Amino acid sequence: MKRLIIATLVLFGLSVGMSQAGSVYPEIPKATGEEHPEGNEYWRVNHMELLRHDRDLTMREGVRDTDASLAECVTCHAVNGPDAKPVTVKSEEHFCRVCHDYAAVKVDCFQCHNSVPPDLGEASLMFKDESETLDVLLAYIEGLSQ
Amino acid sequence: MNIPGLKPTGGCGGGCAGKSDANMKGADMHRRDFLKSGAAMATVTLAPGVTLMAMGSGVAAQANPDTRWGLLIDAGKCPSDCSACVTACSNEHGWEDHGEPTDPQWIRKVTLKDRATGRENSLPVMCQHCENPPCVDVCPTGASFKREDGIVLVDRHTCIGCRYCMMACPFKARSFVHHPVENQKVSTPRGNGTVEGCNMCVHKLDRGDGTTACVEACAATGNNAMIFGDLNDPESDISKALASYPSIELRSDLRLNLGVRYQNI
Repeated sequence: MKRLIIATLVLFGLSVGMSQAGSVYPEIPKATGEEHPEGNEYWRVNHMELLRHDRDLTMREGVRDTDASLAECVTCHAVNGPDAKPVTVKSEEHFCRVCHDYAAVKVDCFQCHNSVPPDLGEASLMFKDESETLDVLLAYIEGLSQ
Repeated sequence: MNIPGLKPTGGCGGGCAGKSDANMKGADMHRRDFLKSGAAMATVTLAPGVTLMAMGSGVAAQANPDTRWGLLIDAGKCPSDCSACVTACSNEHGWEDHGEPTDPQWIRKVTLKDRATGRENSLPVMCQHCENPPCVDVCPTGASFKREDGIVLVDRHTCIGCRYCMMACPFKARSFVHHPVENQKVSTPRGNGTVEGCNMCVHKLDRGDGTTACVEACAATGNNAMIFGDLNDPESDISKALASYPSIELRSDLRLNLGVRYQNI
């Protein structure tokens, strides 16, 4: 009987411990838009490297249609607050802060960059022209089939 | 210290500069860089694990070394009561001048008076985009740099806010941001603790507008006191105007070869 009680207590303790361990990890908000072709795990580890390279391309050489841009990050990964508007980085619910708070790593990006999605009008002036990209792709596929 | 796009100014001479730049690019060339360096790329996933990439969507590096962007400002056409260019710049980039001595001023209206004759002149002054910029010479981190197409910029990623460039600039063209900034424009990220100044609307040039916010605003008022264009292109409006009429650069004694020139001062 004593053994049974101990076993029950141990099992109970384990289950409580495991459920608590699970809740310690941050719950990463779902993003809109397509998945990263490189995979989420890759981006979780390497996002700063990917962004750093593109920032230098844009800043120094004027290449604007880079693969990664912070404005696109915050657009896909926007988290809406109670007022149905995307929250800024001041909110603990902001996509970047969810993990960064957990890891105790300060984000400096948003001292200069906007942490909410840009206005659509403004954004379309920055990002690459979708139709142009599609044309190039179609031309390329045609070239392959010939 | 080699930074892509940063043209070395003096010191080691042309041959040495070209070599160091080539070395840097070779050493750091990863697969990802290679795919992106030549031209843009379009990617489509046909099936899991099968990716189709198309090279060259036509938009390559915008900072073209054959170009030198410049401005020609006719002070004779610039009324003293007009500040449309200043307002346009403020709206385009999101800086605000509330009249505090430390507020940012990317462009300002300056009044000149000839003491002998009493004749007054009003003209806008901004970063003059020197060919040999003193701000780039003094920057300890390489944050202040000149793009291949002659635009002098601050890379806020590496700016430490030391303000040497503000001291070095003969035109007081740069400002320091003293307060936290929120809700920045996507095309003009700017923030506390960094130096900033006129960037010749580099985002507009990169997307092919071929003009700046101040020049557009000046044309909209009908004064047409400003001409923007490529100084290296003999067929551009600005080159033709410069060839036809007398113009000066501010503080020509410093021999900085400015990208901004003035008429009728």
